[in-house]
Amino acid sequence: MRAILTVVGKDTVGILAKVSQVCAKEHVNIMDVTQSIMQDLFVMIMLVDISSCAVPFSSLQDELEAIGTDMNLKIHVMHEDIFNSMHRI
Amino acid sequence: MGVVNTHDILETIRMIDDENLDVRTITMGISLLDCIDPDAEKACQKIYDKICRYAKDLVKTGEDISREYGIPIIHKRISVTPIAMIAATTPQVSPVCYAKALDRAAKATGVNFVGGYSALVHKGFGPGDLALIDSIPEALSQTEFVCSSVNIGTTKAGLNMDAVEKMGHVVHDVAVATADRDSIGAAKLVVFCNAPEDNPFMAGAFHGVGEPDCVINVGVSGPGVVRAALSKAGDCDLTAVADLIKRTAFKITRMGQLVAQEASRRLSVPFGIVDLSLAPTPAVGDSVAYILEEMGLETCGSHGTTAALALLNDAVKKGGVMASSHVGGLSGAFIPVTEDAGMIHAAECGTLTLTKLEAMTAVCSVGLDMIAIPGDTPDEIISAIIADEAAIGMVNSKTTAVRVIPAIGKKSGDTLNFGGLLGGGPVMEVNPASPLRFVKRGGRIPAPMQALKN
Repeated sequence: MRAILTVVGKDTVGILAKVSQVCAKEHVNIMDVTQSIMQDLFVMIMLVDISSCAVPFSSLQDELEAIGTDMNLKIHVMHEDIFNSMHRI
Repeated sequence: MGVVNTHDILETIRMIDDENLDVRTITMGISLLDCIDPDAEKACQKIYDKICRYAKDLVKTGEDISREYGIPIIHKRISVTPIAMIAATTPQVSPVCYAKALDRAAKATGVNFVGGYSALVHKGFGPGDLALIDSIPEALSQTEFVCSSVNIGTTKAGLNMDAVEKMGHVVHDVAVATADRDSIGAAKLVVFCNAPEDNPFMAGAFHGVGEPDCVINVGVSGPGVVRAALSKAGDCDLTAVADLIKRTAFKITRMGQLVAQEASRRLSVPFGIVDLSLAPTPAVGDSVAYILEEMGLETCGSHGTTAALALLNDAVKKGGVMASSHVGGLSGAFIPVTEDAGMIHAAECGTLTLTKLEAMTAVCSVGLDMIAIPGDTPDEIISAIIADEAAIGMVNSKTTAVRVIPAIGKKSGDTLNFGGLLGGGPVMEVNPASPLRFVKRGGRIPAPMQALKN
């Protein structure tokens, strides 16, 4: 299963590092990354493969959301189908 | 990023985080026809067992999908075969025992409502129907999760005015029986014309006899998303407004379709329909009235409201239809007054009246919904409100419903407060002129010409 991981918030040092650290630890393969600054907001979007994820999906979500709370960022990890179904005909 | 771009991904996240996008309900329809038994106790046990067996994973599955896809799924609910059909076999006991069995099953499965304490009497009553209707006040005051509905008319059959007359009393009696809880019982009772058999929304959901043994129906929502899209679009013309609503409704409904298919797959229950509805909540920003105001009305209820609502309702359907393989239920914009922050405000400041609401129901999905009326409103006026609303549904071949709450001990201008998703709002004025003689005539209003299509 593939998921979309999004990070939105104020730009600070180490966002990418922290998120990718969790991914590596839990055997989540990062397949694609884009990041940009939109209206002063840091926006990072990752496409990740969670087929071999070491922990249940909900635990991965909790772990990443906790980083978000620590760094004052909003982090979401959602099944990629939600985006495909809403934005593709 | 694969085929979906950054803008689209962020749009979805924003819809969920800031604009109250959610799937309003996953409703499992369960047939109880195989639970019929001449011994009421056995029948109730069979009902309890069947519901618990079929719906044991419903709540957990809803929560799992919600978590995985990142979409709030607000309600997990159950609808059942109209109980009047089941209870007809046990005339020796009060049908209230069935309501209690449903209530126990709701508690056991963790759903927050079970609908189907219902009777379909559009052409006349059977003994089981009469017993059930008479028992509604007791059933709704003695249960927590049970919802009730009565279909008193259809385009094909006309209106059963004896039932209309009866329901005026029943609505009042339910309010009295739950007067200590802000008359909340009346919020769980819907009187329908052309009731849909696959409606996932409460309080009017029941599992029609033409439905399979078990089915998953999903109701979507998202007034906040539509309003936000319109707000961003600025001063475009109404053609552009309609187009924007269609595109937004498409996205909302696709999400509902995905959830419905996934729930159906995980529960191994056939997918029934997606109900393309804009269902408001009292949360600020999740209001249908605010959409109409965003279109350019100073306050919902002003002249122009019916036209704006007609555009909205039609565009929601056009956008949603292509996004779902099967569409059904009520499908359209809901206008429940106490559940919609903008409607509450408009009613409080006097712009939105009962007469305007009645006009609005001619062009949108439901009817006079969640409207508090003075507690001393005579029963025949409630009956006449039901008759007017049912006539609009009958003549226009659409579903209409009445869910008014006689606020016992309160008068026009006071407020009623249920809390939670049922919200609260001002007690609205009704026209005091008496329709008593008309209502007391009884009989049937014949089916309109639209029925004679064969």
